[in-house]
Amino acid sequence: MKKSLLSALSLGAVAALVLTGCSAGGADTESKTIKVAYQKFGSFVQVDAHMKAVKKEYEAKHKGVTVELVPIEAQENDYATKLALMNKSAATAPDVMYEDTFRVQSDSDAGYLAPLDDYTSKWTEWDSFYDNAKSAGLGSDGKTYGIPMGTDTRAIWYNKDLFAQAGLPVPFEPKTWQDVLDAAETIKAKLPDVIPLNVYSGKAQGEASSMQGFEMLLYGTKDTLYNADSQKWVTGSKGFRDSLAFIKDVYQGGLGPTPEQALDKNVGNLVSGEWLPQGKLAMGIDGSWLSGTWLEGGTAPWPEWNTVMGQAPMPTQDGGKPGSTSMSGGWTLAMGSKSQNKDAAWDFISMALNKDNSQSYDIAASQIAVRDDVSKDPDYQAANPTFGFFSGIVANTHFRPATSDYAQISTAITVAMEAVMTGQQSVDDAADAYDKTVVGIVGDKNTESAD
Amino acid sequence: MSLPTLAPTAKRPGRDETPRPGRRPRRGARRSLVRSIPLLPAVVLLAIFLLGPVISSFYGSFTNASLSGSTAQNSNFVGLDNYSALFADPDFPKSVLLTLVFLIASAIVGQNVLGLGLALLMRTSNRLVRAIVGTFVVTAWVLPEIVAAFAAYAFFNDTGTLNAMLSAVGLEGPNWLYALPMLSVILANIWRGTAFSMLVYSAALQDVPTEITESAEVDGARGWQRLIFITVPMIRRSISTNLMLTTLQTLSVFTLIFVMTGGGPGTDSSTLPVLAYQEAFQFGQLGFGTAIATIMLLVGAAFSIAYIRALKPEVD
Repeated sequence: MKKSLLSALSLGAVAALVLTGCSAGGADTESKTIKVAYQKFGSFVQVDAHMKAVKKEYEAKHKGVTVELVPIEAQENDYATKLALMNKSAATAPDVMYEDTFRVQSDSDAGYLAPLDDYTSKWTEWDSFYDNAKSAGLGSDGKTYGIPMGTDTRAIWYNKDLFAQAGLPVPFEPKTWQDVLDAAETIKAKLPDVIPLNVYSGKAQGEASSMQGFEMLLYGTKDTLYNADSQKWVTGSKGFRDSLAFIKDVYQGGLGPTPEQALDKNVGNLVSGEWLPQGKLAMGIDGSWLSGTWLEGGTAPWPEWNTVMGQAPMPTQDGGKPGSTSMSGGWTLAMGSKSQNKDAAWDFISMALNKDNSQSYDIAASQIAVRDDVSKDPDYQAANPTFGFFSGIVANTHFRPATSDYAQISTAITVAMEAVMTGQQSVDDAADAYDKTVVGIVGDKNTESAD
Repeated sequence: MSLPTLAPTAKRPGRDETPRPGRRPRRGARRSLVRSIPLLPAVVLLAIFLLGPVISSFYGSFTNASLSGSTAQNSNFVGLDNYSALFADPDFPKSVLLTLVFLIASAIVGQNVLGLGLALLMRTSNRLVRAIVGTFVVTAWVLPEIVAAFAAYAFFNDTGTLNAMLSAVGLEGPNWLYALPMLSVILANIWRGTAFSMLVYSAALQDVPTEITESAEVDGARGWQRLIFITVPMIRRSISTNLMLTTLQTLSVFTLIFVMTGGGPGTDSSTLPVLAYQEAFQFGQLGFGTAIATIMLLVGAAFSIAYIRALKPEVD
């Protein structure tokens, strides 16, 4: 009896020890280490290389401070999930993080990010950043939460050799969606082993589906996703249905990859690393950064890429003004609100994005520069022959709705895309389901029906 | 069954339910309280690691908590909103149906029947066959779930082992994971889980006295009659225990499905755990996802109660 009491007590004590051991996590060493979280996935290794270089430079300059790199190997949406989960607890929250511009608002509303205005006001280099790039890092309260690293535009990449073999004119200058589909039909008929056209679609590709895929179509119709003037989300628009119908035509009409290829989380890596370099894909709606994979130091170096690959602006639906369309996004470096050492975190951010480091990153990752001094630098301009083309289409580019609901609505778009590409729902049913989801997310009063 | 069993109401000597004269009942109560002290650590641990999450899951399902956005730091109590949205969502009944199909086909039928069959066959086979078959079956069970899931993915993949084997004999297999996602994950789960049922049944079959089967044989009972009327009734308790364990295990299968099909294509293999994950972590709706998890909890509890009830009259 006494013995069992004793053992019970000792068991309890052991349990208590274990439990306290779990919760206490070396809080006093925190301030000497800053944690930097970023994405590293498949062919996307440029941020990793950049962070490693900056870590070396930073630790040499700030003796005694250790930079702990936390590369998160996950596809874009999984990266965002993992980052949000890390940010929920002070024990795991990073000091500096690689943050997509479209998540800055929702993550700052969530209290994950720290405002940077006190730092930027004293940072002389802040004036070198373009104003529209600065506004991409603003939270809904108007404060700056992210320092932009670069921006991007999107267009059609096409393989000139395959186009020539199929008897299609080079350069390819589509004026309407139909021109794009016609070219794809020709390739399908002439070159049956080649995938004619890749448009990212479905839940697995997350934001790439909604932005590179769907919004490249929708913003080329007469409709839009979000009415910025009335601040309401648009439901029931014809443009939305037409865009879904385009996706359906590509996937159900055999003009794209098979739906199961497109629903593989790896398809982005396959497109840049294998399908395009190996001549297995004729056209892809993709980003300005694509060539970063093929440069020396990329994951799939391809010296001939610039002679083989051409770029064409994405046409509007019927060739209506302004003739072409594009989408722009970009990524920032942001500071975690739970950071124990905000000054050190800021030093890291400002070093990572000073003139030289911004420039080396923009060149390595094929980013459109957001700093005036970088984009005017002759070394930057000479570094990649496509910079001229992709900077040129900035005139007709669009930005995603800057609201914190966008991230959830974006996933609703990918659900509708997946439903039509697999043939599980008709275009109308998928569009109706999307409308219902949007009302569910933002409420009836924040939506308006298109005419 | 003509086995002599103790009537459930029979009292054991010494275990008195009525207090002995001259002894106050309070003392007995205090004694049993003191005697249960050694249980305390276990109870505390259970409360922290099981009851805690269950309660927080219940509470979370009544809030609009999300992964990002303003509701991530200030979530509100929204009552039954998540549940009413869930029942209005066409994905939900589909997911419940898929879960039931997965459960019945892979656990209740597949693993149990195959496990019992293997156990029966192994009892009558020689030692070498037993060792070889046993090793093969148990290997799937020994593999960590993620490894087993990748192995199944490699097997069922469009260019995977299965289709390579089929094309070797001149057949063209379908793209299993895309065209027949539920069949693929069901087969994979049977492959992975049968070993457990087989081991449980092998142990149970060893307890069936040979005299009884032999006497049935003398009375002229054929093989299947001996199985149905002698063996199965005698291992009934093992069957219900095994059914309960495999049911609960299969209800919570996530990794296998997520790796093989990701719940797709579309929602064609989104069972409840996959749906809960998608809503909570891919779409960021923590509250909504938690509501699905809570429903899963209730389904699991309902099954356990049913099985425990089925076990009860057999207590001896």
